[in-house]
Amino acid sequence: MIVVACIKQVPDTTQVQIDPVTNTLVRDGIPFIINPYDSHALEESLRLKDSHGFKAVALSMGPPNAEATLRKALALGVDRSVLLSDRVFGGADTLSTSNVLSAAIAKLREDEEVGIVFCGKQTIDGDTAQVGPGIAVRLDFSQLTLVDRIEKIDLVERTITVRRKLEGRYEIVEARLPAMITVVRELNRPRYPTVPMRLASAKAEVEVWSNEQLQLDVNSVGLKGSPTWVSRIFSPERKEGEIVGDGMNDPAGAARLLLERLIAGDMLAV
Amino acid sequence: MEQTLFITLLTLSLAAFAVSCYRRLALVAVGTSENRFDRPVARFREMLIYAVGQKRVVSRPFGVNHGVIFWAFLVLAAANLEFLVSGVIPALSFDLLPGPIHAALLLLFDICSLAALLAVCVAALRRTVAPPFEGARTFEAYFILTMIATLMLAYFGLNGVRIVQGTLTTSAATPVSNLAAHLLQASPLAGNLDFAQRLFWWIHAVVLLGFMNFLPYSKHMHILTAVPNVFLRTMGKSNTQEREEFAEGNRFGAATVDRLSWKDLLDSFSCTECGRCQQSCPAAATGKTLNPREVIHAIKENVLRNGAVMEKLVGDADAERCVSLIGANGKDATSEAALWSCTSCGACMEACPVFIEHLPKIVKMRRHLVQMEARFPEELLNLFENMEQRSNPWGMAPSERSKWSSQLELRPFEAGKTEYLLYVGCSGAFDARNKQVSVALTRVLDAAGVSYGVLGRDEKCCGDSVRRLGNEYLFDLMARENVRQFREKGVVKVITQCPHCFTALKNDYRQYGMELEVVHHSELIRDLMQRGRLDLSQTVDLGKVVFHDSCYLGRHNEVYDAPREVLRESTKAELVEMERSRENAFCCGAGGGRMWLEEHEGTPINRNRVGEALAQNPATVCVSCPFCMTMFEDGIKEVAGSTTQVKDIAEVVALAL
Repeated sequence: MIVVACIKQVPDTTQVQIDPVTNTLVRDGIPFIINPYDSHALEESLRLKDSHGFKAVALSMGPPNAEATLRKALALGVDRSVLLSDRVFGGADTLSTSNVLSAAIAKLREDEEVGIVFCGKQTIDGDTAQVGPGIAVRLDFSQLTLVDRIEKIDLVERTITVRRKLEGRYEIVEARLPAMITVVRELNRPRYPTVPMRLASAKAEVEVWSNEQLQLDVNSVGLKGSPTWVSRIFSPERKEGEIVGDGMNDPAGAARLLLERLIAGDMLAV
Repeated sequence: MEQTLFITLLTLSLAAFAVSCYRRLALVAVGTSENRFDRPVARFREMLIYAVGQKRVVSRPFGVNHGVIFWAFLVLAAANLEFLVSGVIPALSFDLLPGPIHAALLLLFDICSLAALLAVCVAALRRTVAPPFEGARTFEAYFILTMIATLMLAYFGLNGVRIVQGTLTTSAATPVSNLAAHLLQASPLAGNLDFAQRLFWWIHAVVLLGFMNFLPYSKHMHILTAVPNVFLRTMGKSNTQEREEFAEGNRFGAATVDRLSWKDLLDSFSCTECGRCQQSCPAAATGKTLNPREVIHAIKENVLRNGAVMEKLVGDADAERCVSLIGANGKDATSEAALWSCTSCGACMEACPVFIEHLPKIVKMRRHLVQMEARFPEELLNLFENMEQRSNPWGMAPSERSKWSSQLELRPFEAGKTEYLLYVGCSGAFDARNKQVSVALTRVLDAAGVSYGVLGRDEKCCGDSVRRLGNEYLFDLMARENVRQFREKGVVKVITQCPHCFTALKNDYRQYGMELEVVHHSELIRDLMQRGRLDLSQTVDLGKVVFHDSCYLGRHNEVYDAPREVLRESTKAELVEMERSRENAFCCGAGGGRMWLEEHEGTPINRNRVGEALAQNPATVCVSCPFCMTMFEDGIKEVAGSTTQVKDIAEVVALAL
C-alpha cells in the first residue's frame, strides 16, 4: 500500500517582503522551505512506513527547483519522490493544482493501491486550505481535515479512525479507506535527516513527471485551468494605535511608557 | 635451589607481564589513526615538565604526596633492578661499586624508601578520611598502597638483617635501615638471621613481581601509560574537534570503541581515577548525570569487554557486534543524558594531570547520535533547522541581522579600505541585551580610530554551537560558506566580541585552510589602551567589580589578562576575583550548545556561578562573552533583591570615554 505525502516548496515567508510599487512578493534571494504543515504530513507518511511497512511517496507540483525539497524528503526516508513540473502547470490556482496532483496520484495507483494521502492543512504562502479537499473530491477519497492524531488503521475492515482538532473541541471520526487527510502541527514532531541518508539522497533519483506522463487537458491545468487569480497583494495599513517607545534599544523604557499609558487610560482591569 | 626457583619465577613473571601489557595495549590499535608524533622535541620537553616533573599533579595540595611516591619510585627503580639482577647472578650487585658511591646510593634509597612509606600511609589515611570522590575507597586502591608499603618494609627488613649480619657496613649511609636493625635485634627473628634474611628477601621478591603483574589489570596501569600519554598529548589546547569526511559509505561519530582514535583509547588506560576532572566539572557539580571520570572509565571497560570481538575485527561489519559506548549509564557505557550535559568548558581537561582529553570523545559520541541516529534533545531540532535555513540560532530573518546598527553609520567591510572585519555574531546582532554591547564596542572602536567594516545582513553564524553539539555535517556547510565569503571579500583581520565566534574563526576554520588574524575585543582594546589610542578620562564608578572568565576566551584560548587589564584601566580600580578564576574558572552553563538546551537535571549551572560571584558582594559582574552575559543576567534576576548589574567589558570602556 502506498502512502502519499503532498508537499509544497514555499518561500520562507518570514523573509518575504512585498514590493511597495508592484504589490507583489519580492522573491529574489529568498530561500525556499518545505511548507511547515507539509513537513508534518511527510513525517506521518514516514511513521506509517515504519509502523505498517507502507511505501511512502512524496509528491510535489512546482518549478524544477522544487527538486531540492523532494530531495530532502528522500533524505528523510521516503521511497519515491515525484516532481510534477511542466510549463503548462504554471500559474495554477487551487483548482488546477488539485487536478494535477489527483492525476498523479491516480497514476501512482496504477502500480499499487494508494491507501492514504496526507496534505498539510494549508500552505503558508497561499493559506487557502483547498488543495487537500480538492484531491479528495477528485479521487473520491474520504476527506479528513485538521487531523492531530491517527487513532487506528484497520486494514481488514479498511477503515481509519482519526482525531480532528477543531475550535475548542476534538472530534473522533472513522472513515473508509482510501482517505485524504490534512494535518495540523500537533500531529507529530518531524524527524531530522541522518547524514548517511542525506548523502544517499544527493544521488537518489527525483522522478519528474510532465504533462506528457499525466496527459491532462491543457485547459484544466496551470493558468488556463485556473478560474481565480490574484489581482493585488498588499500589507494592510495600520489604522489605529501607535508604537510606544523604542522596544528594540530600550525595552525597559518602552515597557514603562506602555504601563504609564495603560494606567492613565485606566485600561488595566483589577 | 632457591636461586633456580627465583629464576623460574622471574622468567614466568616477566613473560606474563609482557603478555598482559601486549594484550591490553594491542587493544589500543583498534582505534582510528591519528598523528601524535609531530614536534617530538617539544613533546619531550612537555613530558619532562608534566610527567617527570609532575607539574599538574603537584598543583593541588594533595598532589605533592603523589609527587613523593612517583619520584621515590624513579630512584628505587635502580634498587629494584639491582635486586632482580643479583637474585639471578648474586655476584652482580651495587657492592661492586666504589665505597663512596655505594654509600651515597644506599643513603638515597633509604631516604626514598622512607619517604614512599610515609607517603603511602598518608595516601591511605586521606582515602579513608577524605576520599577524592564518593566510591574511591576501593579494595584495589588499598591493596596497591599495601603492596607498596610492604615492599618498603621488606627493603628495610632485608637491610636490617644484613647490618646485623655485618654484610652491610656503611652504617652512616643507612639511618633508617640501622633503625630496622635495632628493632630486628630486639625481635624473635634475631635468633634466626638466616631465616629472617630469606623471609624478607622472598617477601620483597614476591610482592615486587606480583605488583608488576597486577599493574596491567588495575588503574595502576597509569604507571606504564601516563608518561607516554603526556608525550602524546594534543600540543597546545584541545579547543577544536577533528573534521569528518562526508563521503557515502562513511560512518560518523563514535558509538563503538573502534570509532574512537587510538589515543582516545590510550587515554582510557591512562586514567588514574584521581577524580580531579569530576571535581571541576560544572555538570557533575550541579547534579547532572555527567561525570567525566566515568566517561573515560566506561571507554576503558568497553574496550576490555569488546576485546575479543575487536581483535578479530575486520572491516566495519563486525563493529555491529560491539557493545555500544552509548547507553544506560553503567560500567561500559555513557548515557545520552550525560553526553548532552557537557558544556564543553574544558575544565576536566585542564585538571587532568595526565592530559586525558575528554571533550573530543564526548563530541564524537554526540556526532554519532546526531548524524547517524538523528537522536538529540527536542529543543535542538529547531536550532538545527534555524541554523541551516537562516544561519542563526533563533530563526530570525537574515535581513534583520543589520537592524541593531540602523542608527549607526557603519561601513561595509571592503578589503583595502577597512582594516578589520567586525564580526558581530548572532548574539551581538539579534539579542536585545547583547546588541547594546555591539553598539558600545563600535563607540570604542570609533573613539580609537580603528578602521573596520561589517558584513551586515551577509554575515552568517560561525557554527560553534552546532560543532560542539556534534552536528558536524551542518558545521561543515556553515564553515565552508563563511570561509568562501571571507576569501571572496579578502578578510584577513577579524574582531569578535563573542569567544565562541573567536574560537570558531581562529581555531576551527584553520582546518579549512583559513588562517585569519582573529582578535577578541578584549585583546584589541587592551592593545589600543597600551598604544594610547583611547582617552579614558571619564570616571567610571561601577562599585566593586568581579570578572567572570569565559571558557572559550580563557581556558580554551588562554586569554586571561587582557580583559582584566582593560577593566582595571577603565575603572581605575582593582578587580575582585572569584574563588574559581582563570584556568580554574567555573562555566556559566551555556557552552557546548547548552545555551540552546533546557537544564532538566540538578540545579542550574548559572545559579552556582552567580552565587559564587555574589559571594564577593560585587556591584558589577563583568563578562566578555554574550552567552555568559545571558546566563548571568538570567541568574541574577532569580536572586531576590540583588542589585548587581552585568556589563560587558566593552560597555565599561565606552563609559570611560
